[in-house]
Amino acid sequence: MRYFRPKSVLATLGTVLSVLIWAGDPTTVLAAESAEEVGLEIAIEARERQKGYGNFTANLIMVLRNKRGQESRRELRLRGIEIDGDGDRSMFVFDRPRDVKGTAFLVHAHKDEPDEQWLYLPALKRVKRISSSKQSGSFMGSEFSYEDMVTSEVEKYTYRYVRNEPCGDLECTVTERVPKSRDSGYSRQLVWLDEQEFRTMKIEFYDRRNAHLKTMVAEDYERFLDRIWRSKTITMTNHLTGKSSVLLWSDFEFQTDLDSGDFTQTALKRAR
Amino acid sequence: MMTARPSAVFAATLWVSFSMLANGAVADNGFLDRIEISGRLSAESRQFPDSPAHSGQGSHASGFAFEATGYVEGDDGGSFSITPFFRYDAGDPSRTHFDLREAYYLTYGDVGDSEWELRLGFDRVFWGVVESNSLVDIVNQFDLLEQPSGKTKLGQPMAHVTLSGDWGALEFFGLTWHRPREFPDMRGRLRSGIVVDPDLISYESAAQEWHVDLAGRYSGSFGLLDIGLSVFDGHSRDPTLMPAASSSGLVLAPHYERIRQFGLDAQLTIDAWLLKLEAIHRAGSRNRQLQEEDYTAFTAGGEYTLYSVFDSSADVSLFAELSRDGRGRNATSSFENDVLLATRVGFNDEFDTEFSLSVLASLDSSSRFVVAEFRRRLTDRWSFRADSTVYVDIDKDDVAYDVRNDSFIEMKLDFNF
Repeated sequence: MRYFRPKSVLATLGTVLSVLIWAGDPTTVLAAESAEEVGLEIAIEARERQKGYGNFTANLIMVLRNKRGQESRRELRLRGIEIDGDGDRSMFVFDRPRDVKGTAFLVHAHKDEPDEQWLYLPALKRVKRISSSKQSGSFMGSEFSYEDMVTSEVEKYTYRYVRNEPCGDLECTVTERVPKSRDSGYSRQLVWLDEQEFRTMKIEFYDRRNAHLKTMVAEDYERFLDRIWRSKTITMTNHLTGKSSVLLWSDFEFQTDLDSGDFTQTALKRAR
Repeated sequence: MMTARPSAVFAATLWVSFSMLANGAVADNGFLDRIEISGRLSAESRQFPDSPAHSGQGSHASGFAFEATGYVEGDDGGSFSITPFFRYDAGDPSRTHFDLREAYYLTYGDVGDSEWELRLGFDRVFWGVVESNSLVDIVNQFDLLEQPSGKTKLGQPMAHVTLSGDWGALEFFGLTWHRPREFPDMRGRLRSGIVVDPDLISYESAAQEWHVDLAGRYSGSFGLLDIGLSVFDGHSRDPTLMPAASSSGLVLAPHYERIRQFGLDAQLTIDAWLLKLEAIHRAGSRNRQLQEEDYTAFTAGGEYTLYSVFDSSADVSLFAELSRDGRGRNATSSFENDVLLATRVGFNDEFDTEFSLSVLASLDSSSRFVVAEFRRRLTDRWSFRADSTVYVDIDKDDVAYDVRNDSFIEMKLDFNF
């Protein structure tokens, strides 16, 4: 999951340096480095802090709300694993609505090449490789698109640091990122990360015509394994349709006995 | 139905052993807490507007279908899954049938960097990539009583071992208790003019249905390419139907030859394009003239998806596939030289509304099949499906000539649990 990753503090020299830099006045930083370099460094640092979770399982409820406030629910289970030198792998298994129960979705994310995605259709027992171009499409009818849901690597965007500003009780950096993929539904995104822990607080999504399409807000952060931060309530509001979707995460477990063999097409067929 | 009784006995035996196994494995927690049950109950009606081509046929098939899965996981990582299926049809009693779709024990573990998996029991296996045809898909018998398209399958008893790793997956199958295809009787639509008499079944091998068929498959993903190579040696799933005399007159006697089939399925996934190929070479089966003829057949084509069309959330997929069968006019399937053109619209709304329309046309004659499908979820538990198949200008020489008057429209209301 891209924006809601655990964040591990790596006591590398780079980390220490960038933390020192962020503690200072951003204008002095800009004097030393370009806004693009700073933006990239923030993204890399945020990514570094997400690393080291090993693997995880969690339950997810999605609440979809339309303009009139009517709700429908989706329930799914997730698992993810870090792969050395490559993107993460994740698997989604749907429990509700009942007609899609057992449908499962496997993603092998990659840094420099397109992600690989397979869909398992339990009625036909069929595994179908699907196009990773389906980035902008709605995920299960929600306001989250596929690209909002699957792991994305630092390499998939270009960055530009914009400013620092307060976000609630915290102080946030604001970075603009532009998807490199033509298939993305977005022209750009504005990302608010808190200065202290580099947790994603808010993202504004701008569509291909540069209209402010959606806003995502992440709340209820909880720390696991003493260093991994995960948001348990993530709300996506679509400003054009008035619809919204909420992700409610629960039952996080980290460093389980999952291995890469649990993220193959064979494992997809027995997912339940 | 002929096979209803043996499979009912199997099912009962399995339910009992399942309960005992589950009770033993989870003595403390209680069986009911650990068992997961899910499934679907459907009320369905299929209407045939045209008057029948053969005597004895009715005008509708209506009833209900039930399929449910019970699943329990043992403490050792093994699991047991059972999926009975039952259809009751008041309009066409020949569609009333029971099948044990699945009843298998599953266990897996690590071996070095790879992983092994064992499935033992009744199971269904899907191979292939194309939409219009199922050439390589050979492990299971089709449930013809359910759908003429052959998308629904009968459960097949098997031992299925998989080794998988980053290099792909290697699968071995030992299959026995051959499932004969079930055909409609006199009262059913979508049948041959001369009915099939299941009592006249014969097999090439002396072991008959207990012959052990073997199959293997390698599948792997290499960047943009997903590929599968398969081999099957055993009794064909497609019977040769030979005219025979019986007390009720002329009938067709199903005969299952021993065949060997090599299969290839491949898909290239490039941006929004899926380029697909399925090809087989089959030896040992008989052609439409009832003569033995080895042959090669393929289906090739592609799927292209336009995402978020017209700024909506809908996706539109376009399909084109070409099927050729080396036997030409002597082919036993309808896909001797045919092209499929199809479109599917996924609305990506909260109801997962989906609509598809496809035309399968012969390149040698006027024959065309037009299929329309619609589905929409109503609530968390209820959903609605409708589909229609129309047979247009079916050529006298076409394999499908006997069903020329059997265009139908079907509606299904599902309760999912």
